[in-house]
Amino acid sequence: MKALVFLEHHGDELLKGSLGVLSKAAAIGDGEVAGVVIGSGVRGLADQAGKFGAAKLYVADDAQLEAPLPQPRIDVLAQLVREKGIDTVLFGNSVLAADVAAGLAARLDAGLNWDLADIVLQDGKLVGKRPALQDSVYVDVGWKSEPRLALFRSGSFDPAESGGSAEVEEVTVALEDFSTSARMVDQAHEESEGPSIEDAPVIVAGGRGLGGPENFTLVEELAKALGGAVGATRAVVDAGWYPYSTQVGQTGKTVSPKLYIACGISGAIQHKVGMQGSGVIVAINKDANAPIFEFSDLGVVGDVHEVVPKLTGLVKARRAG
Amino acid sequence: MQVSLSRVLPLMKIAVCVKQVPEGNSRIDPGTKRLDRSGEGALNGFDANAVEEALRLRDATGEGEVVLVSLGPAKAQDALRKALAMGADRAVLVSDEAAAGSDLVATSYALAKALEREGADLILFGQQAADSDGAVLWAAVADRLRLPVVSQASEVTQAAGTLTVKRQTEFGYDVIETPLPAVVAVSDAVNEPRYPSLKGIMGAKSKPQETVSLSDLGVESDRAGEEGSRTEVYALNDPPPRGESRKIEDDGNAAQAILDFLVEKRLV
Repeated sequence: MKALVFLEHHGDELLKGSLGVLSKAAAIGDGEVAGVVIGSGVRGLADQAGKFGAAKLYVADDAQLEAPLPQPRIDVLAQLVREKGIDTVLFGNSVLAADVAAGLAARLDAGLNWDLADIVLQDGKLVGKRPALQDSVYVDVGWKSEPRLALFRSGSFDPAESGGSAEVEEVTVALEDFSTSARMVDQAHEESEGPSIEDAPVIVAGGRGLGGPENFTLVEELAKALGGAVGATRAVVDAGWYPYSTQVGQTGKTVSPKLYIACGISGAIQHKVGMQGSGVIVAINKDANAPIFEFSDLGVVGDVHEVVPKLTGLVKARRAG
Repeated sequence: MQVSLSRVLPLMKIAVCVKQVPEGNSRIDPGTKRLDRSGEGALNGFDANAVEEALRLRDATGEGEVVLVSLGPAKAQDALRKALAMGADRAVLVSDEAAAGSDLVATSYALAKALEREGADLILFGQQAADSDGAVLWAAVADRLRLPVVSQASEVTQAAGTLTVKRQTEFGYDVIETPLPAVVAVSDAVNEPRYPSLKGIMGAKSKPQETVSLSDLGVESDRAGEEGSRTEVYALNDPPPRGESRKIEDDGNAAQAILDFLVEKRLV
């Protein structure tokens, strides 16, 4: 296997998801594992890549690559695959990575298996594990030709430091005309307020079922009693009830606390992908058919406005006692 | 001399890519290892957001056309009719037995051929397919058509041939500008899709619904279906056990039951 891992960065850090995929690729232990960093002013990221298992790091550093847009990155990857004889390209899921992987699949007529939870070498052949139909089936998938492209679910692999260092090779960039026609006018810059919910051991999250922004105090009080952080769904963030920095889901944070309590959250797929790795999931929702109950350890069909404050009181009493 | 309004205002042609998905609980056919599409179908819910956005953009410019483009079995015309009832102008369904089992490579190729024929100013997608959870098709189609692409759009505005898209990523909101033609995938937060009116439902029956085959589009047989696909399915397995799952109705004691559960799991 001559593998290439797409290493996504934000600010001066490589993303945990990318590093997890890199560690996994190195752990398969079959052949050569390289990483690629694409951006502007990104040469300094080589050390991190080496530490997490890349023997080689391709660096495409160009002002035209500054904005995290997918199409210039497809050009860089297509060029690398062709010139370096790469047979496998691996991605950790993100809004950017999914677009890059899919575009690359079309460019190279290469098979892309997405939403993979794992990958194994079986009788010398790479096999992807793909949960399907609300995770009720695990499908073994593969590739009929090379290069093979794989996009992994967020949080599938933990980054593991191997302590190595990567040999750096600069890549000259030639971009397609259509790849540079979309232009970033205003790039997201996260407002930093308080500690990130990604590291919280307990998250109490609220959704539309709370009924209104004022009812987030119920969620905040329970989170406080449990020593945890507050999370929110995309629906309530978009409605302006709660800040984006707390959003859990596909376009928000991916979290895996020991305990996740979902209050008035239906459990749409976009939310689920951000929290399905939680240790224990408790859901409170008045709709008995809410999808969240399909992946909860304890589901309570009930009114969040009654159950949540009562639970807060009980937790407080127990802690005080 | 009178200048026709259409020369002043850009006439926008918008193609919306939609999919019929199985209604209710889906299953995978153990024989073919493909999704069983034999039962009732429905319009993929996420695609309704794309149809709605197309209608809004069309109506904002006063004139234009919204054409639905889909790939699927012949009965997918039913799902297309629902989108026509919302207000789309016509539908093109690429339906061919040779397309069954197509993966991303094969699907994006056939869809790009159908879209090439339409030559739309804007191509819209919904944020994902409810059956396969696929959220990858637009970027592949955009690459084949050599057009700019923006995904996860939560606000789309158009002025003088330029599209401004506000979109959400893991890091917050980006604003991206792109010239037309372009490919845009909208999120389900972009709008609230309208329900078809009775008039819309009646009117949909007389709107053009075309069915085309792969050869009509010039798609070579070795680029479609399983032959044209680069991925394959080996086996279907049971998921790893998630542990016991309990579900209770609140009879006034649910809070206590949750606390007991948390104590049992040593979480408080």
